[in-house]
Amino acid sequence: MPIYTQLAFLRTTQSSLALVFCSQILVWSMGWTLFILLVVLTVVHGNPTMTVRTGSGPTVGFDQHPNSVPLGEDIQTTTEGESEVVEEVMTTGVLNPSHYPARRAATVVQHYLNTRYGSPYRWIFFSTVHSGSSEDVAEMGRKYQLELTVQEMISNVSGQCSAELFFPEGEGQSAPQVQASCEGLHQSNTTAQEEAFYQQHRASNNLVSGNNIPDSYGHVEPSMKPFWQLGGVASSFIMLRESNESTLYNMAQVANFTQLETEKDQLRFNYHVLLHEMISQEIIHWKLLVTWSPEQGVQVLQTELQPKCHHCEAPPNTTN
Amino acid sequence: MMMLGLGSVGLVLLSLAVQSGHGAQDSAVWSREETTERNYYTRYHNMSEITAWMEQMKRENPDVVSSMVYGQTYERRNITLLKIGLSSTGRKKAIWMDCGIHAREWIAPAFCQYFVREILRTYKTDTKVNEMMKNLDFYITPVLNVDGYIYSWHNESTRLWRKSRSPGTGGCTCYGTDLNRNFYANWGMVGVSTDCCNLFYCGTKALSESEAWAVTDMLGKMREDILAFLTIHSYGQQLLVPYGHPNTSAPNHDELMEVGLGAAKAIKTVHGMDYTVGTSPDILYPFSGSSQDFARLIGIPLSFTFELRDKGEHGFELPEDQIQPTCEEAYAGAQHIITYTHDKAFYSYAATVRATLWTTLLAAWVSSTILL
Repeated sequence: MPIYTQLAFLRTTQSSLALVFCSQILVWSMGWTLFILLVVLTVVHGNPTMTVRTGSGPTVGFDQHPNSVPLGEDIQTTTEGESEVVEEVMTTGVLNPSHYPARRAATVVQHYLNTRYGSPYRWIFFSTVHSGSSEDVAEMGRKYQLELTVQEMISNVSGQCSAELFFPEGEGQSAPQVQASCEGLHQSNTTAQEEAFYQQHRASNNLVSGNNIPDSYGHVEPSMKPFWQLGGVASSFIMLRESNESTLYNMAQVANFTQLETEKDQLRFNYHVLLHEMISQEIIHWKLLVTWSPEQGVQVLQTELQPKCHHCEAPPNTTN
Repeated sequence: MMMLGLGSVGLVLLSLAVQSGHGAQDSAVWSREETTERNYYTRYHNMSEITAWMEQMKRENPDVVSSMVYGQTYERRNITLLKIGLSSTGRKKAIWMDCGIHAREWIAPAFCQYFVREILRTYKTDTKVNEMMKNLDFYITPVLNVDGYIYSWHNESTRLWRKSRSPGTGGCTCYGTDLNRNFYANWGMVGVSTDCCNLFYCGTKALSESEAWAVTDMLGKMREDILAFLTIHSYGQQLLVPYGHPNTSAPNHDELMEVGLGAAKAIKTVHGMDYTVGTSPDILYPFSGSSQDFARLIGIPLSFTFELRDKGEHGFELPEDQIQPTCEEAYAGAQHIITYTHDKAFYSYAATVRATLWTTLLAAWVSSTILL
């Protein structure tokens, strides 16, 4: 073999040997690297990398909550004239306690309990829904069953209630029908306070009145509290009557109240209340004629819806 | 002993000087002592007071607080935010918080004020808050709907105003658009009204309201940097996650729910209050065009609406003696979200870098030992 070929051969052999050697090292170290990488990564636990932040739109999908068994939950949108109306086909079956159907139904139970048991010294609010279910009653409406905790606001006593509600459907929608039985609420003994309040205001020589309760700062004068609470209970009669599955009422404020002459041993008041309806966010004005005595409880003799004042919205003359 | 004596004399003189200055204060300018007094943050404040307070925060904390006017209301008032953070040379990640998009929800601006005071009070001593102030800038708008807020302070009959104060158009004589229906996020689709008298009036078109436009503009400029978007409302005791539209799910819905539930848990440990967590179509009602939805749609991963106290006993007119406990629990909830988002951004990145470095080093070491 000529020398250059021998040299070339040697060089080739050399380089190929070197190549083989290097590749073996490479493979070996790669293997080790991979092994170590695996070991290290199982030990180091970091959070996944940050969410990709493009302008990507929402994923169209149905988000399932573990507790609910939605049978036919759907929202349909129809357009009526200028406004869009969302028709909600409500959940039937087991209710998720933190979802709105349970909350709205629980609020209706709250209103019912106030019409039955409320007084200037007993005002009930629901705290939690534990469980519930609803079912359609063919062409008549929907029935709910709830287990909930309620709380009496003045004494802070809690009660456990079982309730059944029926929301009727159809034209000339009537008030929901409610039945409820509660344990524990009787523990708030209000007899002494109620009696004292009754005796204090029964004589008609010093008729009481007040306005803006609570005031803008949420403040209620101590002497006004029973009248505020009575206003809340009286409002419950309206709120119960006006409620359906698409409403959530609370009393926002007693705009004003005036005591009238006591009649037939009943304290009597004219109330003007502002109700907040959460689902429409509207503030609705009502006037009520209310009577109360410890024996007879709260009764609402007359109610009158006040028209919404649109021209009242114009800017005031002074600017801040 | 002499030093002690001199020191105590100095302290006495100082306290006397501060007290004498106290009486002569202009009511619109709060002295340092007054703003750090507990009872400032236990009262509601009108717009002039909040504006003066913002100036105060800047004056007292010039290294960390600056302000920015980022838009105008319909009635031509400034929309101002406070930018709070330790200055750095590079570009920083951000947290966005706005309060008072609905005028009557007075507890919301009160919370923004409380939040600002709290981070300024603790960032020097609390290592976590300090770290977050180093790595993040907080962009906080105490009152977004300035016109509406001022109107709600006018008298008792305007107290429950909700919307902006732009006049109706096309023969409709009522005032105001619901700013939280006016954003470019499925605008006009659900939970809105085209009647200008309605409380959900969504405007003549998306971003017809300058207030919504101002937020959109800022978020658009900062979208790469904003880690979390918090918008504060009342009432109802809820934490809402996107989207308001019923048939859509955020891509990170599970994460949003997990963080939200964690925040609700943090809230409950403060004063025992229950806050429900979920999408608005699930726990409240469906609606589109909200600022929260817009934030999520442009890619801000964590977007929450806080509905603060109460659950209806007082509603919008929350008593002032509940301001402090409400703010304390809401602060715990907000901090849970902010800490999560901060740690996710800064710790997971660091962990990944660390792991990569170690792996490379080990591989190099092993290779070299094999070769030798």
